[in-house]
Amino acid sequence: MSEATMGFLELSHVQKSFGNFAAVADFNLSAQRGEFISFLGPSGCGKTTTLRMIAGFEYPDSGSIRVDETEITGLPPNKRDVGMVFQSYALFPNMSVANNIGFGMRVKKAPKAAIDKRVGDLLEMINMPEKADRYPYQLSGGQQQRVALARALAVQPQVLLLDEPLSALDAKIRVALRHEIRQIQRQLGITTVYVTHDQEEALELSDRIVVMSQGKIEQVGTPFEIYNFPATAFVASFVGTLNAIEAKIVDAAAGRLSMAGHEVRTTSALSGSEGQAVTVALRPEMIALATPDGSNVVAVSALEGATGVNRLPATVADVAFLGSVVRVHTTVGPDQTPVYVDTFNNPNLAVPPAGSPVVLSFPPEGCLVLSPDAVPDRTDALAAAEASL
Amino acid sequence: MRRRRASLVWWIVFVVGFIYFFLPLLATLDFSLKAKPAFAAYTNSFADPKFFSSLLYSFTIGVVTIAASLALIVPTAYWVQLRVPRARSLVEFVSLLPFVIPAVVLVFGLIRVYSRPPLPLTHTDLGSTTLLVLGYVVLSLPYMYRAVDTGLRSIDIRSLTEAAQSMGAGWPTILWRIILPNLRVALLSGAFLTLAIVLGEFTIATFLARPAFGPYLSLLGNSKAYEPAAVSLISFGLTWLAMIVIAFLGRDTRTRIEIGGAH
Repeated sequence: MSEATMGFLELSHVQKSFGNFAAVADFNLSAQRGEFISFLGPSGCGKTTTLRMIAGFEYPDSGSIRVDETEITGLPPNKRDVGMVFQSYALFPNMSVANNIGFGMRVKKAPKAAIDKRVGDLLEMINMPEKADRYPYQLSGGQQQRVALARALAVQPQVLLLDEPLSALDAKIRVALRHEIRQIQRQLGITTVYVTHDQEEALELSDRIVVMSQGKIEQVGTPFEIYNFPATAFVASFVGTLNAIEAKIVDAAAGRLSMAGHEVRTTSALSGSEGQAVTVALRPEMIALATPDGSNVVAVSALEGATGVNRLPATVADVAFLGSVVRVHTTVGPDQTPVYVDTFNNPNLAVPPAGSPVVLSFPPEGCLVLSPDAVPDRTDALAAAEASL
Repeated sequence: MRRRRASLVWWIVFVVGFIYFFLPLLATLDFSLKAKPAFAAYTNSFADPKFFSSLLYSFTIGVVTIAASLALIVPTAYWVQLRVPRARSLVEFVSLLPFVIPAVVLVFGLIRVYSRPPLPLTHTDLGSTTLLVLGYVVLSLPYMYRAVDTGLRSIDIRSLTEAAQSMGAGWPTILWRIILPNLRVALLSGAFLTLAIVLGEFTIATFLARPAFGPYLSLLGNSKAYEPAAVSLISFGLTWLAMIVIAFLGRDTRTRIEIGGAH
C-alpha cells in the first residue's frame, strides 16, 4: 500500500487466537483521520478483542497496527497515545471528577495551570462544570460515562476507543448520550472506534461500520450500504429486521425466481442455475400491503408506493403496535413463511384482522438474493437504489 | 409473633456472647485490683522501664512487618488477580501454610539456616531483628493476603488498571495512585491484624532472644502475681485503641460506598 492511500489508523492482517479459538482472523481496516468507525457484531465476534489490540491490552499473533504511519503493534498501552472509554466507566473511585479528568495530564507532568484549564474546558464540554468536586459514586451512570469520556479526551489522544460505552445505561440516557458522543467527536475531529452490539447505535453514529462475525469481517461500509446492501446473509439478518423467504431460480439470466408458487423478479441476472434454492431478503419497509381488491392500502413500499411488480398473496397473522411504526405479521405460501410488513402509524389505519387475505407487493430493487453463489451485482443494485431516492 | 421470637433469640445470643467475651476480662480486672495498695499492679507496671521498651520494640517491629508484608503481598496479589488468575488457588494455599507449620518449627528452621555462613544473621542484633521481622511476615501472611485479596476483589482492578494505562500511567503509578488508595480499608484491617499478632507473639521472639512484648509478659507472669493481669488488660486496651483508630481512619465514606457500589 502506498503512503498516499494509507489511512490514519491502519490494521493489516491482524490475527489473534486464544488457545484453539481464533478470536480475530485476518482483520484489515484503514480508517481516515477524524472518521467514526463502529465494530458491530454479536458477543464473541472479536470486536472487543480487536479494539483491545488497538489499545494495547492484547497483542496480535501476527499483523500490524499503525497510527499516523507509526507502528504501534508491540507498544505497551501507556506508550500508545490511544484513549479508551470502558463499559464499566472505570472511573477512579478515590479521585474527584476533576482529578479523574486531570489524571492523564498529571501522569504526563503537565503544568498545573494547563491541567486546570483543560479540566475546566472539558467539564464545560460535557455540561458538568458544577460537578468538579464530586466523587464518582455521587454521579449517575450517564454522568460517570461523560466524565470517563472527558478523561479519555483530556490527554488529546490520536485515537479514541469506546468499548460498548452505553450498554449499562437506560434507553433514554443511551440515546441522549450517543448524540453527545457524536457531537463531541465531530467537534474535536478525533478518529474514533466504537464497539457495539446495538445496530441502531452503529447505524446512527458511524461514518462506516465494520460488521463482524466469528472473528471475521463480514462487511465494511457506510450505514446506508450496510443496511440496504448487505454483502452476506449474516449482515442482512443481523442489521435491521429482515424477512428471509425461500425461493427457486426460474431464469437466472433474467433474474426471475419462484416464491411460494408465484413469480418474483429481481433487478439483475443471478449466477445460479435453474431450480437452485436461494433465500430472498426483504426489508419490512420495502413491502406494500393491501386487501386483494385494493380498497384498503395498509402499507406502501418505501421504493415503489402502493403497487409493486412482484405480488404475493398472504394472510394476516398478527399486528404489533410499536409506536410510530405498526408491524403487520403475515404468512405466505403453504409453509406459512412469516413475512413482516412495516407501516407508519396513523389514527385511521385499519389493519385487516388476523386470518384476512391480503396481497403483498414489492419492487425488484427490494429483493436481495442471499445464496452465496447467487448474489446480485452490488454496484448495480446500489446505483438503482440511489437513482430511486 | 415470629419477629418477637427472633428478637428474643438475638438477645440471648448477644448476652451469651457478651458474657463469654467479657467475663474473663472482668475477672482479670478484679484480680489485678487485689494488689495492695489499690492500683499498685498498674503503677508498678508503668514504673517498669522494660514495659515501655518492650512495647515500643514490638510496636516498631509490627510497623516494619506491616510495611514489608504490604510490599510483598500487594503487588503479588494484584498481579495474580490481573494476569494469572488461575494461580490464585495456589497462592491462597501458600498463604495458608503458616497455619499448618507451627511457629516453633519456623523459628528453628530460621535459626538453623541463618546461624551459619553464608548468612549468619543470628550473630548480630540487627540480623536477629531482621529474622524476627521475616518470621512475622510469614506469620501474618494468611491474614494480610486475605485482606488484600478481598479488597482487590471488591474493585474492578482490570478496568481501573487499563484506564490508567491508556492515559499513560506505568506500573508504579498505577499501584501507588490507583490500587493502594482504593484498598485502604482492606490494608488497614490487614495491618491491624498483623499488629495484633506481633504485639502478642511469644515463640519466635523468645527463641531469637528479642526484647519483645510477648516474652516480657511471659517473664512477668513467672515472677509476679498481679502485674501480668494488669499488663494484659493494658495491652488489651491498646489493641482496642488501635481498632478504634483504624475504624476512624477507614470511616472515609467515599471509598466505602464506592467499594460497595463497584459490583
